[in-house]
Amino acid sequence: MANIVIDNIKKSFGAFQALKGVSLTINDGEFVSLLGPSGCGKTTLLRIIAGLETATSGDIRIGERSVIGLPPKDRGLAMVFQNYAVFPHMTVFENVAFGLRMQKADEARVKKQVEKAAGLLHIEPYLDRYPNKLSGGQRQRVAVARALAVEPGVLLMDEPLSNLDALLRLEMRTELKTVLQEAGTTTIYVTHDQTEAMGLSDRIAVVHDGRIEQVGTPVEVYNHPATRFVGSFIGNPPMNFITMPVNNGQVAVGAQTFAVPAKGSEIVLGLRGETVERTSTGQGLDIQVRVAEPMGPHLLLTGSILGQPARVILPATEAVKNGEIVGLKLDASRLTWLSPESGVSYPVAA
Amino acid sequence: MSTVSKTGFISARRFLFWSGIVALCAWVLVPIYLVTLGALGGRTGAYQWPKTFLPTNVSLQPFILFLKTEGVLQSFLNSLGAAGITVALSLALGAPAGYALARYNFRGKDSYRLLVLLTRAFPLAILALPLTISYIRFGLYDTVLGVGLIHTVLALPFAALVTQGIFLGVPRELEEAAWVFGCTRIQAFFKIVAPLALPGLVATAVFAFVISWNEVFAASVLTVRERTLTAYLLTVLSESPMHYRFAGGLLLILPSVVFIFAVRRYLFAIWGVSSK
Repeated sequence: MANIVIDNIKKSFGAFQALKGVSLTINDGEFVSLLGPSGCGKTTLLRIIAGLETATSGDIRIGERSVIGLPPKDRGLAMVFQNYAVFPHMTVFENVAFGLRMQKADEARVKKQVEKAAGLLHIEPYLDRYPNKLSGGQRQRVAVARALAVEPGVLLMDEPLSNLDALLRLEMRTELKTVLQEAGTTTIYVTHDQTEAMGLSDRIAVVHDGRIEQVGTPVEVYNHPATRFVGSFIGNPPMNFITMPVNNGQVAVGAQTFAVPAKGSEIVLGLRGETVERTSTGQGLDIQVRVAEPMGPHLLLTGSILGQPARVILPATEAVKNGEIVGLKLDASRLTWLSPESGVSYPVAA
Repeated sequence: MSTVSKTGFISARRFLFWSGIVALCAWVLVPIYLVTLGALGGRTGAYQWPKTFLPTNVSLQPFILFLKTEGVLQSFLNSLGAAGITVALSLALGAPAGYALARYNFRGKDSYRLLVLLTRAFPLAILALPLTISYIRFGLYDTVLGVGLIHTVLALPFAALVTQGIFLGVPRELEEAAWVFGCTRIQAFFKIVAPLALPGLVATAVFAFVISWNEVFAASVLTVRERTLTAYLLTVLSESPMHYRFAGGLLLILPSVVFIFAVRRYLFAIWGVSSK
């Protein structure tokens, strides 16, 4: 078990800056996701932590010990790769035992640890098989078991579920969460899938363009995104951003008024689609509905608010026709206010 | 009706398939068979006309007689020695080069690759004289080692480029996984990369062996007494009786066939892509 301190890590590939000074502290036993679109630098960061890539500058400390310059094997970590990287010329047993064998563990311990890890991941029936006889999901389990068998201080996972089909992914996600909670390992999990990050993590670090935009619990990141990017990247439908006029530090929305911290004459309202309630038109924010789609659990409205595109969600019991205008009552505690210039949100309590 | 025509179609396909196989086998096997007949038939067999396809009057006697001829056995061993040196050196030097080409990015990588191939652009005939003089100076002239070295030069470019392809076929992530789970770079190479690349490496070895075994020009120029089999046969066979020539041919063919037969499993494996 170990904590990880990432201290101002920079990485350039030639003229391209993949990481522009990333700092992050991960507590012992915590599960942190690095979430971001492809090419944002999250995998590069993970590979730097693993020692598979060298940082241009900055420091990484695992359990208070700087690991910069150490080869991967001396960093006390294990990793699950995107393509599993299960060794094809070894049986599942030998794959899972690989890390222990390299540590020169005695046979009894190897057997015990492999059986324990195999039990956690439900791969006992395949221990004698070769990986080419396994399905993608089973290989994935082998890769996770191999990582857990060494009881690492730190577990790194690089999009481990992205090669699985949707149903299997959901199943593995739930199972991973159970297994990792039991193991209590400090975990860094790289993904571009927001539902994975939301579901699994203690905290999410949203990475964008070589920087960490926000670090917080899934609920914090979802409800109060630090930047416009975070709000639009997380959530389905994404957060709505509506530019509104400010009068004397207040924004008037129908019958409601909100005190806002804006200096200028405009502010951007960050509105989660499902935080609104229906009210009569003119009482709140009016949405001109273009399309109403009953999704089953809820009703999705696509249209425009103050002439700006927006998507909101109403209970499935509401009936809305295409072209109708619907009044929306806002919940002051669940709104985010952002600067129109910088796209950065104002502090919540202000 | 339709089932009849369908089975007819299938049997036509099978017929084509098998006749293709028979034709290909005949292409390779009939000459070998005829050479063998000539080698084992003795003087009468070689000159007999009309030729018979049946192995009549065959005995190992003429072949053994040929083997006992002055110099044959020695040149056979020389050839094996030179080929052995070629295989060992071109793998020992070519595989690391191929690995570097496959795994590392370095300045001038493409030019290096081209340069490796360009070494084959010099006709050996041009180099023959300077090479002979250098060999005499270094004391390599007329030695098996000398022939092995020059054959290594011939085989090395292919070894480097073929092994590059083989190492590229081993996913990098496997190696990285090995590093993460406690291997040094060298351990990872021998525990993970080498076993997965083995079929390809064996194929490369076969290739180097065949290049050395078949090479005649350099071997003829650089040796006088320590002839390799090809060089030896080239000088003596023109004055030998017909069945001796057949015997020589058989002796040339045999090791290649046996060697390739022995490693055929690995050759098939490389075509089926070794690591996936």
